[in-house]
Amino acid sequence: MQPFNSILIANRGEIAVRVIRTAKALGYRTVAVYSDADADAPHVALADDAARIGPAPAAQSYLDADRILQAAAETGAEAIHPGYGFLSENDAFARACADAGLVFIGPPADAIELMGNKAAAKRRMQAANVPCVPGYEGEDQSDAALTAAAGDIGFPLMVKAAAGGGGRGMRLVERAADMDDALAAARSEAKNAFGSDELILEKAIQRPRHVEVQVFADAHGEILHMGERDCSAQRRHQKVIEEAPCPVMTDALRARMCQAAVEAARSVGYRGAGTVEFLLDQDGGFYFLEMNTRLQVEHPVTEMITGLDLVALQIKVAEGRPLGLTQDDIQFSGHAIEARLYAEDAAQDFLPSAGRLADWAAPAGEGVRVDAGVRAGQEVSPYYDPMIAKVAAWGETRDAARRRLIQALEDARIFGLTTNRRFLADMLAHETFAAGEATTDFIAEAHDAEADAADDDLAEIAAVLMFVVAREQALGQSLGVARGLLDWSSGAPIAARYIFEDGDRVLTAAGGDSYEVRNGDATRRIEVLALDVAGAATVTVDGRRQSVQFHASGPGEIELACAGRNRTFRNAAAFAGSADQTAAGGDVLAPMHGQLIALDVAVGDDVAPGARLAVLEAMKMQHDIVAEVGGRIAAIHCAAGEQAAADQLLIEIETDDA
Amino acid sequence: MTVFRSRIDPNSAEFAGNRRDMLALVEETHRILDRARERSERRRPRFEERGQLTPRERLARLLDPGMPYLELYGLANFLVDTDDRDKSIPGANALAGIGFVSGVRCMIYASDSGISAGAMVQKTGEKLRACLDIAREKKLPFIHLVESAGADLMQYQVESWARGGGAFNKLAKLSAAGVPSLVVLHGPSTAGGAYFPGMSDYVIGVKGRGRASLGGAALVRAATGEISEEEELAGSEMHATTTGLVEYLAEDDAHGLLIARDIVGRLAWNDKCPAPRRKVFREPIYDPDEIAGVVPVDYRKPYDVREVAARIVDGSDFDDFKPRYGATLVCLQAEIYGHACGIVGNNGPIDTQGAAKAGQFYQLCDQAGLPVIFLNNITGYMVGKAYEQDGMIKHGSKMIQAVSNMRTPKITFYIGASFGAGNYGMAGYAYNPDFLFSWPNAKTGVMGGEQAATTMDQVTRMAAERRGVAVDEDAQARQKQRLIDHFDRQADAFYTSGQVLDQGVIDPRDTRKVIGFALDTCWEGRNRNVQPNSFGVGRL
Repeated sequence: MQPFNSILIANRGEIAVRVIRTAKALGYRTVAVYSDADADAPHVALADDAARIGPAPAAQSYLDADRILQAAAETGAEAIHPGYGFLSENDAFARACADAGLVFIGPPADAIELMGNKAAAKRRMQAANVPCVPGYEGEDQSDAALTAAAGDIGFPLMVKAAAGGGGRGMRLVERAADMDDALAAARSEAKNAFGSDELILEKAIQRPRHVEVQVFADAHGEILHMGERDCSAQRRHQKVIEEAPCPVMTDALRARMCQAAVEAARSVGYRGAGTVEFLLDQDGGFYFLEMNTRLQVEHPVTEMITGLDLVALQIKVAEGRPLGLTQDDIQFSGHAIEARLYAEDAAQDFLPSAGRLADWAAPAGEGVRVDAGVRAGQEVSPYYDPMIAKVAAWGETRDAARRRLIQALEDARIFGLTTNRRFLADMLAHETFAAGEATTDFIAEAHDAEADAADDDLAEIAAVLMFVVAREQALGQSLGVARGLLDWSSGAPIAARYIFEDGDRVLTAAGGDSYEVRNGDATRRIEVLALDVAGAATVTVDGRRQSVQFHASGPGEIELACAGRNRTFRNAAAFAGSADQTAAGGDVLAPMHGQLIALDVAVGDDVAPGARLAVLEAMKMQHDIVAEVGGRIAAIHCAAGEQAAADQLLIEIETDDA
Repeated sequence: MTVFRSRIDPNSAEFAGNRRDMLALVEETHRILDRARERSERRRPRFEERGQLTPRERLARLLDPGMPYLELYGLANFLVDTDDRDKSIPGANALAGIGFVSGVRCMIYASDSGISAGAMVQKTGEKLRACLDIAREKKLPFIHLVESAGADLMQYQVESWARGGGAFNKLAKLSAAGVPSLVVLHGPSTAGGAYFPGMSDYVIGVKGRGRASLGGAALVRAATGEISEEEELAGSEMHATTTGLVEYLAEDDAHGLLIARDIVGRLAWNDKCPAPRRKVFREPIYDPDEIAGVVPVDYRKPYDVREVAARIVDGSDFDDFKPRYGATLVCLQAEIYGHACGIVGNNGPIDTQGAAKAGQFYQLCDQAGLPVIFLNNITGYMVGKAYEQDGMIKHGSKMIQAVSNMRTPKITFYIGASFGAGNYGMAGYAYNPDFLFSWPNAKTGVMGGEQAATTMDQVTRMAAERRGVAVDEDAQARQKQRLIDHFDRQADAFYTSGQVLDQGVIDPRDTRKVIGFALDTCWEGRNRNVQPNSFGVGRL
């Protein structure tokens, strides 16, 4: 027994918030840590105490073990919860905690270390009779040995970094002839990403499901499982939608898989919460993939069908107390699905979008759970994972949960940042997913980036809302006018013109909260049935009712969200006279927050339209910044290596015709 | 609480007939007013070519969207330019009204430069001066969107020049009264027009288009032989940098209007006025829309004016003041949009009792500080021996005396006939009502055409009789018809509105809204604190 009274949460965002909530509820004093980018973040506000641990880049803050241990010492924290990511699966950190007299709320360091090496883990699993994907994890890493092993396993097969994870350093090889190239590329990637070029080979399982089992062990020899989660809906090996239970699970299969998972945990002397990941093939065969020695992102779906609080159990086990549960105590009820809400643009190859989350309100609803670590008005910084929140829904049946989750995603109030929520809702609504037939190939096959550009009446609705919002603002500035006089002119109706990017909309009030909006020859009649100037409206468009959320982001700018689809409209009329700040005017702005990793031009250079000017790295991805107009570089306001904020002026081009 | 019980059946043939007739007149109003818009709109390509906004677009950009707008003098100059009802262009080449800019109630006056390049016509000066008077009285910042070719020299009239100077005098007085004026110089303002920016407190000049000079290049060349370029002679940029006449330089029309909105916003004008106490009120039980069917367009057909009032006042609820005394002169106490006010209407000619009752009612409203709404449908004071001997002159005079000296706001509508001294006693044009609008069926004049013709017929016959000559019946009939035509043409609401004898012809169904707007405007004018000074603000 090693009881403690205070917990430092060595993480940020939603998981820090989630851990703090349970810890506080159990009466522990909580300590948050934060980088400069997170000084105002919700997890900091929520904790009892908080310590700054460094500048924004993760390597100098959340990944800096010394700074975190120092913060623990300064704040008198007795235990450390690592959350997921960052230092959660770093055995050296777990050991350092112990050395510093701190309780690490996680498994023993040895278990972390072992499971951190895919090859060693697989060898251990084979020894424990846990089914593994046929493959090679030998210590002989020569091309010859690997090629020979590949011949034995058969194609297609996967080449993976032994120390890898998250899909990096992973390659599918279809034919023997491609082996040499694949090995070379995988080695180089593995070396760069993980510092080790050790590779393993695995038979490629065709169209598998990703099914994982939640296990929990205490220091008194109890090892339980809490059922499985199906995380097959992945985009480039990143989980996007997770659910529990797995739609194709049978009692017999569950018994076998869970038993295998428990054995896997037992074989490494596991303690605390862990997840054993398997690939499930179409014939019910399953193969050990890896074990995650931490709390998973997707743990809420397990909590929602079991009624357990996994963080509370983690703390209990870390204090050396028994779990106090038997396998029979763990019962499953209903179905839960979680979707990861990311600040990214599904229509543009999931380009991350950093910037200000101008407005945010979590959806509420029967059976809905939202784990969020953001607040309205917060900057979503480019330094960390762009996940805004996890939205999950529970239902008696899978379909009930699925429908509730779609509704919740559509109801969420999200403005200022492009998110993947429409993509998530589309995936949840997709017939393959709805039928419970999603495999790890599902998203690649189902996602249609073009489908996002829908034809709708949002521009007409935007014109009406801009009109009404401006009217209410003027009304507020005035000494008051009876509502019956609004939208009235004793003379001819006064038409308001909205100059949008895709054309003008001309609006005239038609009385009784109705408006006619003309777009060329087409006229729509829009009636405002209900309006909350804070950002929600119910309208009818030619008699058809629609609910929209909106955020009037400034004079002449409004962002609308309708059925989970956000669009921003800018009325050029409201910006008359302001200097032309578009790229076409020769001003080049940073498209998002990021680090300028290359600058290709110098003042005085002539550039042609389309020429690359600079490269911005954001969220581990590189974006070319190109000249939209030809001309001469007149000024440069940034240097390579510097951080740029979204919309920051980087380069001025003196256009040819100027 | 006395909710009126209407006796009108909206399903009756009579109602349908009235409504059809009235809506036909409303249509005609729109048709006439639209003529100016259409004429101006023809020049749209030229405006767009020059990167300008049309005058109506300027107005729309200047105003707060969705806030109410009361158009003023929209028919000015109608039937002045030509007798042809189907060709005459209303509006005097200007758009004017009271509207909201950045939440501030303002007077807006814009050159309708789509018509004859915004040149002044006969009634333009009168319209402008009337607007300046309202601005000063109601303490409304005055926003003038200038683009005018000035006066058409081909149609020069000495009195237009002489009286026209009054606009600058009024601008000076406005500034001294503590009410700011703004000019957005969208185009030329030459000669006299140059004093519009010159006399205004704030001038926003549009680059490349706004111009102000005492003489344009042509006049300068004619006068001195100097060859000059318009921009260096008069351009906004020159005035912004060299003369200091222009305070704010705008990139284009739209930018100029945004600047004007900002300037008005920064006056903090509404900080200088307490907000009126807004009472809870109910909309009329009887739909104001029904007014069109309640009122016969022919003023000779009687109806109960209470039916009109019931479709104007809050909750269709009013108290009848002395209903059994001087019964044809109806005095009501009610609220409109929560503003308590008195209402006067006519159910026939005014008799001695009615005149006395009205005079007393005006004094009571004055005592309580209540505005009075005048619903004119009056053919005049009673004539005849009995009425003369009963003191009709004396009683009528008291009524006119009372209406003249009332200190509370007067809002007048010509809703049918408004003849003779009856017009005076009911706060007609010459009694300086705060607001004065006509319904399209209104007839005003010294008397009705029929009555005038019949009177003249009698006079002629009596003279012939005295001289003992026979009456030429044909000539008599021709003279009678001529007189009827002569009177009726001038009595017509569109004609009188063209003569600037009211502030415009409104849709009768809008009467409640017009009153609501007018009452708010009066209230703000009377309660706003301004900082008057002796000489107005000059460019020092």
